[in-house]
Amino acid sequence: MMLAPTAEPVLTIRDLRLAFGSRRNATPVLHGISLHVRTGEKVALVGESGSGKSVTARLAMGLLQESPRTHATGSIRFDGIEAISGGREIARRRGNRVAMIFQDPTSALNPTFRIRGQFRDVLRSGDRGIRDDEADRRAEAALAEVSIPDPKRALDSYAFQLSGGMNQRVMIAMALANRPALLMADEPGTALDVTVQAQTLGLMHELTERRGTAVLLISHNLGVVREFADRVYVIYRGRMVEHGTTAQLFHDPRHPYTRALLAAIPKISGGGLPDLPERSPDFDQPMVVHEGCGEPAERRP
Amino acid sequence: MSAILELDRVGKTFTADGHRVVALEDVSLSFERGECHAIVGESGSGKTTLANLVLGLIPPSAGSIRFNGVPLPGERSREQRRSIQLVQQNPLSALNPRRSVGASVRLPLDVHGIGTSASRASRVAALLEEVGLDGDYARRSPRGLSGGQRQRIAIARALACEPELIVLDEPTSALDVLVQARVLQLLHRLRVARGLTYLFITHDLAVVRAIASRVSVFQKGRLVETGPVEAIFSDPKTAYTRQLIGAVPVVTDEEARLRDAIRAGAVPMDAT
Repeated sequence: MMLAPTAEPVLTIRDLRLAFGSRRNATPVLHGISLHVRTGEKVALVGESGSGKSVTARLAMGLLQESPRTHATGSIRFDGIEAISGGREIARRRGNRVAMIFQDPTSALNPTFRIRGQFRDVLRSGDRGIRDDEADRRAEAALAEVSIPDPKRALDSYAFQLSGGMNQRVMIAMALANRPALLMADEPGTALDVTVQAQTLGLMHELTERRGTAVLLISHNLGVVREFADRVYVIYRGRMVEHGTTAQLFHDPRHPYTRALLAAIPKISGGGLPDLPERSPDFDQPMVVHEGCGEPAERRP
Repeated sequence: MSAILELDRVGKTFTADGHRVVALEDVSLSFERGECHAIVGESGSGKTTLANLVLGLIPPSAGSIRFNGVPLPGERSREQRRSIQLVQQNPLSALNPRRSVGASVRLPLDVHGIGTSASRASRVAALLEEVGLDGDYARRSPRGLSGGQRQRIAIARALACEPELIVLDEPTSALDVLVQARVLQLLHRLRVARGLTYLFITHDLAVVRAIASRVSVFQKGRLVETGPVEAIFSDPKTAYTRQLIGAVPVVTDEEARLRDAIRAGAVPMDAT
């Protein structure tokens, strides 16, 4: 879903810098990145391992900032709340407006509790007074919506009794149960077989589309990004290198790094393998922003 | 071409907690010398069981495996073990972190008594150079090396005892795409230069298209389709193969057209 560019961003990240280590000897990881996600929009942040894509998602969730060896500056605004300092307070103020889906659904679920109890906890965090029978009814409906064949049986199961694909569906149902404004998905389904991954991504696309949920997809897989996202940021070693709509980026990649990535991916239509360097000074060239894709102007709260 | 490896009605059954699990059933398959033959399948397809059988790590429950025309016995000779080597998915766990890179590459030379003690050091340096690493790497620890460098070292180690067949078990799935492209190039060059045969296990059909000449598709322990790579991608015969190709996330319009046609069961004119 492409919204008019005037729509208010639900998430705005400005000049985000991050370093790990002691104050005196910190290693920079992010060198001032900016991105935004508008209401109902599907945005991808794509990069290789070590590019900083996952730490960006974790900072946006407020999950990293409390560590004493983490130094973050810049701005992360969600729903008008500044989250650069992170922590429990941010999580409490945001409530259920942001949810996250992780790479490996089976390890993201608690192995010692049945799905039923975990689902009740999720629903209770959105509605403190909800009764068990009402929570179970809503959980069953949510599981049916992600095409789980026997929701009652799934609720009575432990995560290890369900397949990876079923657990991913449970995760999606839980993440969307409280109708978040923004869903962050970090490499969803990467641990699953391709056919299952394709199904769960399709499902996630359909549900978020229907509900107008914005998604920030973190991925290393450009194919997944092309299928899923409206707009794409490419990140390389802590710097954004290219930003465009999915059509712009895949039809007209302009940054040498993006071009190298797209060329290096083996194609099912053939064409062999290109001879490309793993690293090149060209990859450090300035960021390319495609037409109509600039960051929105700064707004004072 | 002649067959280097032949599987004749091979089956493998495991028993766990009193349950019989058929991991591989009635597989007959032939690998030609010098080819890169991809084995494709999802989890539970039996592709890793197949690798373990070929490597002699587990015995078949049924059928026989012949190498260079000779049936492989339960207890393999040193020569037979030397001739079939393995490169695994995760190069970090495949290399002993307490051993230098040089010692890891040298170990198979020591085990198989290849060369003299003095000649082995220069052999290690030559192997490292062959995989694109300079000789200084011999003194380093695998810790602190990148995934691509570690995988090159694992390849050098597999080459150390001059194998004829290398089982590559998802050798690039843990690597970033730019690194993957380099390692695939290296594997291709080595196969041509040394006349190696690859049994290339992967779940990535695009990688199959880029590097393999033949592909065999496995589903739930059964071989469902086998043939030249071009044929499988232009006209897959089984619904399962179509489903696998149809699920690949693609990056170009050309790929998308091919994939959509395969999903629909038809094949576009320009794909062949």
